[in-house]
Amino acid sequence: MFAYYLDLALRSLRRSPGLTALMVLAIGFGVAASMTTWSVFRAVSGDPIPWKSSRLFVPQLDIWGPDSRKKGGYDDIADAFDYTDAVALMRDHRGKLQSAMYQVSPSVVPADATKHPINVTGHAVFGEFFPMVEAPFKYGSGWGAQDDANRAHVVVLSDKLNQKLFGDVNSVGRSVSIEGKDYRVAGVVAKWNPQPRYYDVVNTGGFVGDGAEDVFLPFNTAIDVGMPNNGNTNCSEIPKGSGFVGLQQSTCVWIAYMVELDSAADVDSYRNYLDGYMRQQKQAGRFNWAPKYELRDLPAWLDSEHVVPDDTKVSLLVALGLLIVCLVNTAGLLLAKFLRRSGEIGVRRALGAPRAAVYAQFLTEAGIVGAAGGVLGLLLTGAGVACVGWVLPKDIAALARLDVSLLATTLLLAVVATVLAGLYPTWRASRVQPAWQLKSN
Amino acid sequence: MNLQIRPVLIALRRHKAGTVLIALQIALTLAIVCNALFIIHQRLANLSVVSGVDEADVFVITNQWATDSPTPQVDAQVKADVLALRQLPAVLDATPASGYPLQGGGWDNPVTMTPEQIKPSTDSAVYLGDEHFIDTLGLKLIAGRNFRPDEVTVFGTQQAIYPPTVIVSKALADKLFPDGNALGKGIYPMSPTPTTIIGIVDTLQRQGVDQDSNTYAGQSLIWPLRSADSRGVFYIVRARPGQLADAMREAPKALIALSRQRIFDPQNGIQDYATIRRKAYDSDRGMAILMGIISVVLLAITAAGIVGLTSFWVGQRRKQIGVRRALGARQSDILVYFLTENFLISTAGVVLGAVLAIAFNLWTETRFAMAPMSMTYVGIGVLVLLLLGQGATFAPALRASRVPPVEATRSV
Repeated sequence: MFAYYLDLALRSLRRSPGLTALMVLAIGFGVAASMTTWSVFRAVSGDPIPWKSSRLFVPQLDIWGPDSRKKGGYDDIADAFDYTDAVALMRDHRGKLQSAMYQVSPSVVPADATKHPINVTGHAVFGEFFPMVEAPFKYGSGWGAQDDANRAHVVVLSDKLNQKLFGDVNSVGRSVSIEGKDYRVAGVVAKWNPQPRYYDVVNTGGFVGDGAEDVFLPFNTAIDVGMPNNGNTNCSEIPKGSGFVGLQQSTCVWIAYMVELDSAADVDSYRNYLDGYMRQQKQAGRFNWAPKYELRDLPAWLDSEHVVPDDTKVSLLVALGLLIVCLVNTAGLLLAKFLRRSGEIGVRRALGAPRAAVYAQFLTEAGIVGAAGGVLGLLLTGAGVACVGWVLPKDIAALARLDVSLLATTLLLAVVATVLAGLYPTWRASRVQPAWQLKSN
Repeated sequence: MNLQIRPVLIALRRHKAGTVLIALQIALTLAIVCNALFIIHQRLANLSVVSGVDEADVFVITNQWATDSPTPQVDAQVKADVLALRQLPAVLDATPASGYPLQGGGWDNPVTMTPEQIKPSTDSAVYLGDEHFIDTLGLKLIAGRNFRPDEVTVFGTQQAIYPPTVIVSKALADKLFPDGNALGKGIYPMSPTPTTIIGIVDTLQRQGVDQDSNTYAGQSLIWPLRSADSRGVFYIVRARPGQLADAMREAPKALIALSRQRIFDPQNGIQDYATIRRKAYDSDRGMAILMGIISVVLLAITAAGIVGLTSFWVGQRRKQIGVRRALGARQSDILVYFLTENFLISTAGVVLGAVLAIAFNLWTETRFAMAPMSMTYVGIGVLVLLLLGQGATFAPALRASRVPPVEATRSV
C-alpha cells in the first residue's frame, strides 16, 4: 500500500510544481536556519567535561560586603578570589582535589639565541589541578604536593610549545627559560583545549578561539618570582599597596578556584566548612556583614557566568521562529492542496477506502515534502555551518561542527515537523463527505 | 467604488482554517521582523559610533616585553621608544598608553562626587596618557588645557597612583556636571583623593564595545600617567596624512633596532584603526546580517504563502466569479474583492502580531537585557506586512478578475 501512496503523492506533487517547490523551500530554509544556529548553541552550551562536571565546584565568598559591592558597581558576590582566601582554602585543603589558579603571560626565551623571545599564555596552578581536570599527558605528568610546597621551578608545556622549543620529542627533565629563570619540564599536555575553558571562565568568558594554553607553572612559584597576573582584576576599593605585592595584600579578586567533591556528603561538609570559614573571618573582625558564600557545581557556574552569549540564544530563538512560520505556511498550503482533491477523496471513500487510508495517503504526501525539505535543509545547513563565522563571533562559530547527529536531526526535524504541519489538513481531508462530493460532480 | 466587507466576511467563514493559518503566519512574521529590525538598527548604530580618534592616520603597536624588568628600567625604555617613534619621517606623533578606544574591553572605574558616596554617579573608561596623548589620537580639546610635561608621572605594573589632575570627555563632564561647569571641579574615580578636571575633550570613546558599556558610551577620562607596565604597553602612533602604510612599516623596525627584548604578536601586534574598528564590531555586524537574512527569508516565504493560498482560492471559486461577472460585476470589483479579503485577514494578523512583537520584546528585555523597542518598529512592520499582503494578492486577484462570465455556465 505504501508504494501506492508514494506513487499518488508524487503524482499529486508533480501536478502543482510551484506549490510543491514553495513548500520544500520553506521547510528547507526553516530547518537549515534552526539547525545552523542550533549547532552553534549546542557547541557553546555543551558540557566540557560531562563525566565529571557534577563533581567539580566553584566556591564564591562575599568578601566585599553589600556596601562595597554597590560602590564598586557589582550586583553579585565576587566571582573570583583574593589572594588571602585562595591561600587559606588551599591550606585547609578540604576538597578531594582543588586548585587556586591565575592567568599569566610570561615570555619564553628559546635556547637558540638567534630566535626571538616568544610570549606565551598559561596559568599558575597547584599540582592537583591536573588530575582534577583530567588533563591528558603526552609525556611525563604534573607535579606533586612537594613541588608546590617547595616552590619548585617546574613547568608543564603544551604540545604546541614543546614542538616549538624542542621539536616533537619527550622533553621531560629538560630546562626552559621563562622570564629569565630556568624551569624543569615535568610534563607535556597532549592536545587539550576544553570548550568552554571551564577552569577559568572569568578571564576568558569561556571561549578563546584557537589558542590552547602554552604553560602551567606552580602557583606558589609564580607568586614567589613575582610573575604578575595577566587576567582580570576586579576591585571594590582601592588597593593600599602598589604593584603585584600590593595586589596580593588587597581585597581585589583575580584568582580562580575549583574543587572536586565526590559525594553529596562531601558537598555538605564543604558547605559547612565555607560557612564556618566565613563566620570565623567575621569573628576575627574582617567583616561586619552577614557571612555569605556560594558553592556552585560546574554547570550552574557556567550558567551564572553567562558562558552562552545572549547573541547565540537570540539567534536560535529567531531561527526557531522562522521555522514555525515556515510550518504554518506549509500547513496552509497543504490544506489548500488536499482540499482541492475533495473529489478524488470522495471517490476513494465511496469505493470503500476507510478514513485511515486517507490519513495514510496524505501523511505520506506530507512526509515526502518533509523529506525533500530535509534534503534541501541538509545542504543549506552545511552551507550555514561553513559560513556562520561571518555572522557570529569567530571563536564561537569555529566550534560549530557538522556531524552525523546534526545531519540526522536535520532530516528528522524536517520530516516530523512537516508531518505535524500536515496533520490538520489531513484530518480535514479525511472528513470529506463522499456523497456530497459525488453529487456535486 | 464601494468596499463590500460583509460578503467578504461571509465567504471567509467558509475558509476558516486557511484564513486563520494566513493570519497566524502574518502575525508571527510581524513579531519576528519587528524585533529583527530593532536588533539590526541597534547594531548598525554601534557600527557607526564615532571614536574621536583620527582613524585614517592612527595605528596601535602592542608591545610586550621579553624580560621582566623593574619599573624604572621599563620607563626608560618606553621613553626611548616614543622618542624614536616621534623622530620617524612618516610619524607625526606617538604616545605610550594602557589602552585605546574600541580596544574591546579595558579599564573602567566607577566615579563618585565625594569619597563617602556609596552609589557611584556613573562609570568612566580610564586612559593613561602623557602630554602627547590628545594630539596623537587627534582628539579635540574643547575647554581647559592639555597636560604639562611636568604633570606626567610614571605608572608601573598594577601601581596605585591617583594624579591630582584629569582630562575628561565631554560626555563624562556633561553627565557629572549637567550645568556645564565641570572645569576646575574635583571628582573621585575610585580614588581616595579628588582629581581636578583641567581639560575637556570633545569625543573619546571607551575601550569596551559590549552592550553593557553602551549605558556609559563616550564617558572617558585621561590621567597624566606614562604607562610603564612590565608586562607590556601600547604605543599609539599617528602617521603624517597619507603615510600610514610607511609609518606602520618603519615603526616596528625602529623599535627592534633600539632593543630586541620585545615581542609583537604576528596577528595583532600592529593594527591600524580600520582593523581595530572591524574587530570591535564584528559580532554586531554579524548579528545585523543574520537578522537581515532571516527577515528577508521570512517575508519572502510569507509572501509566497499568500500567493499560493490566494491562487488556490481563486481556482476554487472560478465558477462563483463567473456568476458574479455574468450578473454584472466589473473586473475591478473582482480585483477589489480579493484585495479586500487579504486586507481583512492581514489586519487581523498584524493586530495579533503587534501584540506578539511587544510581548517578545518585553521578554527579551528581562531575559537578555535588551533595550525596549520603540513603537516605530511595530509601525514600520505593520506597514510592510500590509503592503506585502496586498502585493502578494495582486497577481492572483488580477487573474481572478480575468475569469470570463461564461465560466458560470461550465459545470466544473
